[in-house]
Amino acid sequence: MTLDRLAPRAAAGLSRRNFLQAGSAAGGGLMLSLRLPFASGEAEAADTGSFAPNAFIRIGGDGQIILTMPYVEMGQGTYTAIAMLIAEELEVDLPQVQLEHAPPNEKLYGNPLLGGIQATGNSNAIRASWQPLRQAGAIARTMLVEAAAKRWSVDPASCRAQSGEVLHPTTGRRLKYGEVAADAAHLPALESVTLKRREDFKLIGTPAKRLDTPAKVNGTAIYGIDVRPPRVKIATLAQAPVFGGRVKSVDDAAAKAVKGVRQIVRLDDAVAVVADHMGAAKKGLAALVIEWDDGPHGKVNTEEIARELGQATLSSGAVAQNVGDIGKALANAVTKVEATYELPFLAHATMEPMNCTVHVRNDGCEVWVGSQAIARVQAAAAKTAGLPLDKVVVHNHLIGGGFGRRLEVDGVIRAVQIARQVEGPVKVVWTREEDIQHDMYRPYWFDRLSAGFDEKGMPVAWNHRFAGSSVLARWAPPTFQNGLDPDTTEGAIDLVYALPNLHVEYIRVEPPGIPTAFWRSVGPSHNVFVTESFIDELAAAAKQDPVAYRRALLDKTPRAKAVLELVAEKAGWGQPLPTGTGRGVSLQFVFATHMAHVAEVEVAKDGAVRVRRVVCAVDCGTVVNPDTVRAQIEGAIIFGITAALYGEITLKGGRVEQTNFDTYQVLRMNEAPAIEVHIVQSSEPPGGMGEAGTSAIVPAVANAVFAATGKRLRKLPIDPAQLRS
Amino acid sequence: MAFKIKVNGTERTADVDGDTPLLWVLRDVFGMTGTKFGCGMALCGACTVHLDGAPARSCITAIDSIGGAAVTTIEAIGDTAAGQKIQKAWLNLEVVQCGYCQSGQIMSASALLASNPHPTDSDIDDAMSGNICRCGTYVRIRKAIKQAAQASGKEG
Repeated sequence: MTLDRLAPRAAAGLSRRNFLQAGSAAGGGLMLSLRLPFASGEAEAADTGSFAPNAFIRIGGDGQIILTMPYVEMGQGTYTAIAMLIAEELEVDLPQVQLEHAPPNEKLYGNPLLGGIQATGNSNAIRASWQPLRQAGAIARTMLVEAAAKRWSVDPASCRAQSGEVLHPTTGRRLKYGEVAADAAHLPALESVTLKRREDFKLIGTPAKRLDTPAKVNGTAIYGIDVRPPRVKIATLAQAPVFGGRVKSVDDAAAKAVKGVRQIVRLDDAVAVVADHMGAAKKGLAALVIEWDDGPHGKVNTEEIARELGQATLSSGAVAQNVGDIGKALANAVTKVEATYELPFLAHATMEPMNCTVHVRNDGCEVWVGSQAIARVQAAAAKTAGLPLDKVVVHNHLIGGGFGRRLEVDGVIRAVQIARQVEGPVKVVWTREEDIQHDMYRPYWFDRLSAGFDEKGMPVAWNHRFAGSSVLARWAPPTFQNGLDPDTTEGAIDLVYALPNLHVEYIRVEPPGIPTAFWRSVGPSHNVFVTESFIDELAAAAKQDPVAYRRALLDKTPRAKAVLELVAEKAGWGQPLPTGTGRGVSLQFVFATHMAHVAEVEVAKDGAVRVRRVVCAVDCGTVVNPDTVRAQIEGAIIFGITAALYGEITLKGGRVEQTNFDTYQVLRMNEAPAIEVHIVQSSEPPGGMGEAGTSAIVPAVANAVFAATGKRLRKLPIDPAQLRS
Repeated sequence: MAFKIKVNGTERTADVDGDTPLLWVLRDVFGMTGTKFGCGMALCGACTVHLDGAPARSCITAIDSIGGAAVTTIEAIGDTAAGQKIQKAWLNLEVVQCGYCQSGQIMSASALLASNPHPTDSDIDDAMSGNICRCGTYVRIRKAIKQAAQASGKEG
């Protein structure tokens, strides 16, 4: 399946009043336009009347069901799960559903859970679509049945839908959806419809085959980096090694002499080599002699940034949460525990390096890319090219790893800057070195915590203050208010534990010149490590078992308690382990999903940590595709272990020190643990799944290291030098 | 100069410098984009192809070093017995997530299975640890290789 063929359809005639409106599709089928009223508390708090139509179902005369997807597939299985929601109620088989990428249009496809921005992130595609897309399928099915019944002059109640057909069992008659789609389009749209009962689900809850897989095992899947418009040239680039630096001089004589090199493009802060193929472009790049002006950030180093953040946590910040009276509770506490934690900058290191293909003409611009935020791509390209929005056509593609990196458009801006100076289309491909050294990084964090115990060693006061960058303040400025944003504090302010006095403060400190961005598991990637490490410290200080200690604080959160009990049972918590090994637990409620991990680690004499086994218990509400839930957790655990053991971007002299997978190591096959995922059956609404496993595993590993060695590591990544025995 | 190489059974010509990596000849000259670029330094395995059946990182394989060796890429690996079994197991077990690294994973796994019909865990570690998957599909890759090997056993 290639997903780059896209025919943006006009949204004319959509009613703002009707949730769904039927109409004739081009070619004489049934088209249902639909607004997603994003069935969450947050969305309802907004002006529900103003939600724009958000997705389209189209049933053609050939019986095909085409869904325009506001979300992009980047490995998380959203295409399949979204399709399942519709197919379930529509009574069609999954292979009958075809998917198309949505064109950039924030009015139609903006995601209210992301401030109206058309983006795929924060694990909310299924959460947002659960009700409305099933309703869309049910309404379409009801209308198709009605159209068939009318043709047969029978009662619609005597008909039923099955596998893309309407059946009239008493007479054995049947009509394919395609045969009645045009009739259905002329029926009045239904205002409401009854959804299937859970016990009647045929698809939801079953392990469906992913729709995007076949093309990904035979080399035919087309990612952004694979597009080849006619006469496309390939460019690669060197950007100023210090953020905010400039090109001082370029000697390009040797580069121009390289066979296949066509052009050198000089920008204020970057130089690109345009060539017939990437081999020539890279060779040309290596032959360039560039002198850089480092600008104001040439002395930036990580130690200085960490020191500044630590200093910031000594003064008060914006209050993100305040329950009870923290001052009084700490003053009256029988004993106190204090700790500080630090988390490093992280790169995304998506397997598909950053790339973007652009053709700038006098009267317009065409962009080919894989993006999590396609409307932003269009806006950025238009601005950079100096063109009106409607002169910019964007083609979205499969994404070779997003993890937050492709919510950003820096690569698009760069490609358009280069393409403006190139005749014909140019594909700008970043080398891996460029990709790692000019990422937009998960922020560095510094956290300061204190807790107070009662006479039994249970926490009666929890005080948490942290400093770091607010990604949302840059990415969606209106969401940053009174010194706070909802992402930075997720996982810190809404703990599952009963804590009578809870106080959380945040201090926004932006690192000098260093761009920061969302990274898989976003806010919780930081907060869950801190809170789950600290609760583990409290258990240790109280000389109690880490699972029993947590469990005693969960009477008011039964779903959290259930996943904790399940994971402990399945992991064999408490059973003896050999010397040098240990188990660590974590528990979280983020992205509307409850999750607990137990990690089992082995620490070698030289301090090297190996994660041998991970057991996960998850309650993510109703499961749409259980196989994808498992896959996402397995992958998120590997992603998180990489962060726990290796992940670290450091700066020296303003330059990122890591360059490629030798210095920015990621977990490999020989290091991958055995992973077991246990899913709690639940009829609650679905929770998010793409990110939860990552934030949860990091503290579980650190806590297991403590169990194995007695050493509490409060700074990531885990430093083997501190674990030598 | 022009180099002639045999790719998936067909002779192709590329007029490039002799030190040009095979990866770019495949992707940018021949338009065969199934083989992926990941690191350019043989650190990630995304660009893995077969030269006379043995896995090779095409990002560091200069075009002038290939000579008469038969180049096989992801586009044609399904025509080999081992490749077909591997692809089938990959689909059965839904190994793939973003999928970008999977061309290389499948090429490495196919080469392993072709030379070693019943690989142990340690054989799998040895053959596959050069292939990075950022989505973290390792658990399923291991299972899929074992499933493909079982399929070999039944037929053998």
